[in-house]
Parts: sequence; C-alpha cells; structure tokens
Amino acid sequence: MSSRMGGLMLALVFLFLIGPFLIIIAAGMSAGETLAFPPQGLSLRWFWAVFEVESFRASFVLSIGLAVGATLLALVLGVPVAYALARYPLPGGEAMSTLLTSPVIVPAIIVGLALLRYVVIPLDLGIIPALFVAHTALLVPYAVRVVSASLANLRSDIEEAAVLLGANRLQAFFLTVLPNIRNGILAAFILGFVTSFNQVPVSLFLTGPGVSTLPIQMLWYMEFTYDPSIAALSALLALMSMAIVLVAERFLGLSRYV
Amino acid sequence: MSDAAFLDLAGLSLGYDGRPAVEALDLSIKEGELVALLGPSGCGKTTTMRAVAGLLQPMGGRITLGGRDITRVPANRRNIGLVFQSYALFPHLSVFENVAFGLRRQRTPKDEIERRVAEAVAMVGLTGFEKRLPKELSGGQQQRVALARAVVVRPRLLLLDEPLSNLDARLRLEMRTELRRLQRELGITMVYVTHDQEEALALADRIVVMRDGKIEQMGPPEAIYETPATDFVARFVGFENVFQVKDGQLRAGNGAALPLQAPVDGGTAWLAWRPHAVELGQGPYEGQVLGTSYLGQSVEYLIESTVGPIKAEAPAALPRHEAGRTVAFGLPPATAAAIPR
Ligand SMILES: Nc1ncnc2c1ncn2[C@@H]1O[C@H](COP(=O)(O)OP(=O)(O)O)[C@@H](O)[C@H]1O
Ligand SMILES: [Mg+2]
Repeated sequence: MSSRMGGLMLALVFLFLIGPFLIIIAAGMSAGETLAFPPQGLSLRWFWAVFEVESFRASFVLSIGLAVGATLLALVLGVPVAYALARYPLPGGEAMSTLLTSPVIVPAIIVGLALLRYVVIPLDLGIIPALFVAHTALLVPYAVRVVSASLANLRSDIEEAAVLLGANRLQAFFLTVLPNIRNGILAAFILGFVTSFNQVPVSLFLTGPGVSTLPIQMLWYMEFTYDPSIAALSALLALMSMAIVLVAERFLGLSRYV
Repeated sequence: MSDAAFLDLAGLSLGYDGRPAVEALDLSIKEGELVALLGPSGCGKTTTMRAVAGLLQPMGGRITLGGRDITRVPANRRNIGLVFQSYALFPHLSVFENVAFGLRRQRTPKDEIERRVAEAVAMVGLTGFEKRLPKELSGGQQQRVALARAVVVRPRLLLLDEPLSNLDARLRLEMRTELRRLQRELGITMVYVTHDQEEALALADRIVVMRDGKIEQMGPPEAIYETPATDFVARFVGFENVFQVKDGQLRAGNGAALPLQAPVDGGTAWLAWRPHAVELGQGPYEGQVLGTSYLGQSVEYLIESTVGPIKAEAPAALPRHEAGRTVAFGLPPATAAAIPR
C-alpha cells in the first residue's frame, strides 16, 4: 500500500519535472500557424523552419562562441585560483573561497545590473566584449568550485615527489597536477558552457540592437511572432543541453563535481 | 666509506609558522652509512627529512652535503631522494613512466632511459609490471615502485620516511631484508625514519633516537639496545620496568618505593629491566598476578606491586602462575640496564 503511494508520488514529481518539456515538444510538432497546446495536427515543419531564421543562426553562432570563449577564459583564471586555495591555506582563504563562489548564490540579474553600471558603461565596452567579460565573471566561480573539488582528492605530496626528482614548480604542476584534474576541468568546461549558453538575466542587460545571444533573440522573436518555431527551437536546445550533460555524466561522473 | 661527515646537520632548527618542531639538531652521517632515525610519532622525524630534502626552509642552522652548504639550494637541485610514507606515486603514469620521471627531467637519452628503468624495475623485482598503473598494484608493489623511482636517478642521499609502515607484518619483514640488500649493493647513503625499534635495530648501522625535536641518544644498535642512555630510550627499546634509584630504593613515578635487592654503583640514576630479566617465583618482593598472556615461547605476566605494575616474562615450559595468585619476584640489579643520569 505505502509502496504504491510512494510510486504514485514519484510519478507525479516526474510528470511535474518532465511535463513542460513534453508540452514544448508537442507544441513544436504542431502543423498549425500559431503556438498552441494541444497542437493542431502533427508535422516537423517548424523544426526545419528554425534553421531558416537568419537571426537565430547568427545568435546561435554568437552564443556558441561566447560560451566556449568565456568558459575557457574562466578556466584560465579559475584553475590557478583553485590551486592556490587548495595548496596555500592563506589566512582568510576560507573567506576568499566564499567570496569567489558567491555569484553562484547572488541572483544573476543583480550581477548583470552591477556589471552594466560599474564596468560596461564606465569602460564604454562594445556589446560583444561586454558579454564576454560578463559571462567570464559569471563562470569563474563555477570553474573554481568544480576544479577545487577535483583538487581536494589529489594528494599534494606527488608534486613534492616531482620536485625532488628534478622538476621545477611549474613542471611539477603541468606534469603531475594537471593530468590528474583533467576530468574536473572537463566537467567545469561543460558546466560553464551550458550555463553560459542558457544564460538570460545577465545577457538581457548587455545585448543591444543587432547583436544578441540565442536565448535573448528568442525573447525578442516572441514579442513579434507567435508561431510554433519557438517551441521547436526550445525543444532542440533542451535536447542539446541534456545530451551534453548525459554524455558528461556517463564519461566524467559530472554529478560528483557539482 | 670515509670518516669525514658526508651529511652534516649543524644547529638545525625547524618549525611551522614560527612554532619550533626541531631544535638545534646536530647530526653527522658518513658516506655509505645507513642511519635510522627512531622516535615516537610527532618527535620531528618527518620535519627533519623534509628540511634535508629541501621541502622545508630551516629557521636556523646549516645543512652540508659532501662538503657543500646546501641550506639554500632548492629541492630540485639537491639530488636527494625521498621515499614518502604514502609512496606519492604519480597516479596517471605507468610504472615505467613513474620510474622514468626523474631521468626525463635530466634529459637522459631515450635508450639510456629504457635501460636504466628496466634495471631499476628488475632490482625491485617488478619486471613485467611496467605498463601497470599504480592503482593496479598491491601496497608492497607500490612501495617497490617508489623505491625504484627514487634510486634510478642515483641520488647522493636517500631518505626513507617510514616506508614500510603501510605494509602488513610479513611483507614488512621481507622488504626490510630487501632494503638492506639494496643499500649494500648500491653503497648508497641512507637515512631511514621509523617509529619501530625492531626495524631500526635490524636495518641500521647506527641509530639516532629522537624525542620532542631533540636527539636523545645515538649509537650502534647494540649500544641503544643494551645500554640506553636515558629512561626514555630504555622505555622505547623495550625495557618495560624502569625505576628511579634514590637512597638505596627503587622509586616509581607515584612516589612509592621498594628497597633495592642489592647495592648498586653510586652513579646509577635509573635501573631498567626487560620483562625476561625479572625473576619470577623467587626473590624479596611479592605481588599479585593481574593477568597473563601466552606468547608461544613464553608467557607474559602483569604483576601488581607496591611500585606499580611489573611486566615479567617466563619460559612457557615452566609452571604457570594463575591470575589472582600472589607470586614472589625479584629485580636483581645485575640483570638490569643501569642508566647513569
Ligand atoms: N605541516 C605542519 N604544520 C604545523 N605543524 C606541523 C606540520 N607538520 C608537523 N607539524 C608538527 O611538528 C611536530 C613534528 O612532526 P613530524 O615531523 O611530522 O613528526 P614525526 O614524523 O616524528 O611523527 C609535531 O608536533 C607536529 O604536530
Ligand atoms: Mg612522520
């Protein structure tokens, strides 16, 4: 009896989580001209239509480039920070660690506003550099956190062993530390990529006429056009994110790091 | 083996964040010598080894190796090998690459690397395991890789920090013999850190006993074992019954006293008996048997006496004294180690 209740609860929770996604897929498969659920007839035409929209294509390219570039830069900045925090327990290191991971807690919309007001406007940055800076700033905490988790499992005496065998500090890092946190770095990259790619609140403040990331472009599109292509595109993007995370989970055990 | 000091520590003071751990240590080691650094956990053995290797900057004093002051030489230029208690193998590298690591840093030619790694791997009996990763080896095998990795670069000095403490008893014995053989074969100068007196006695040419960051006694194994210089060393090397001598009496820490069984030399400050040196079944004292443990060859007794518990050992063939019974015992000064100070 109680196990049947449990099963029912589980099914409801699952439905609640996956339901919207199923509705979006169904809405995208509509044969009609307007966004509606249940769909009016069945067709894949809106999935093809997505690729015909020039603004989608351009913003997709920008989003991908932004996600890759900002994640890489965040890692270049975040890996040394994570390493320093792990190996040199400075006074105040704990506070520093909290500070660095704080944007994970602070609502992104506040981060976006702050960046716009105190960085982008005073420095008169263009839209793309502004997006780049903002996304990097947003991703550094993720990089630090994920790489720290993987460094925590690595003993520090292997670096000392390398040094005693003639390596300098830098060689010791690149030859013994980096190869052993490779999975953590990959996990951080994937997490950063997905986060940047799906980012809305920060990008909302920084995009402007003609230049926009894909999620923002979708918001604009919906203001003027109300056809099922937006549902089709959402479904495609959700599938892409899920595929990435599933592959990462399968090969890296992503959930260990986050 | 020359008589001049090869490794010389002079007034070496070490600590962490200004808190001293080792104070004004003086120690000289000859070339080719195997010295054991023996002491309880926390007495500063690892700290000393880290300073010699260059991983810890001294607060004061000097380290000389082969006549050259190396106190300020960085760790990667000292050519001193260290085998860590944790082995510290590179988890992502095969046995071959672990051992080759030091040779690659020296830009050794490829064919020479192949040859020397093969030699080192054979020396520790791991031929055929070259392609394995550390996690695919047993503890004893990992230990051997760590050893091969350290000696393949022909270090001037090899430091071993409790290298056998993570192995089971049988393997420990086996590796101990092998280490000794290796040291003879290579003629390498070694400092062997341990908290196990038996290991130190079996391996070392000379033993240095440390306590609280200072040297308590040093000398050949026989001297440490038979004539401990302090009550601390006596307790550490298995004299279970150690008493202060004052006004013709044996005194325990709690102030209780027993008259001496026979007069002793005026300069004696302490008397120490190993369990088997305690006379059982006869003698001027009496006590109650608290417990017995059968050790195979012999039986160990714990006896409650006026000066506290006494540990005695008697051949298993003799009649037993059951727990709870009163038994006579003797502490003849002739079978004790006399400690002058
Ligand atoms: N990294 C460290 N930071 C602070 N104190 C330390 C550190 N390592 C060791 N100590 C202290 O130094 C003393 C000697 O330690 P150690 O050399 O490790 O002893 P042993 O190797 O003989 O067990 C101990 O009191 C220990 O607490
Ligand atoms: Mg130690």
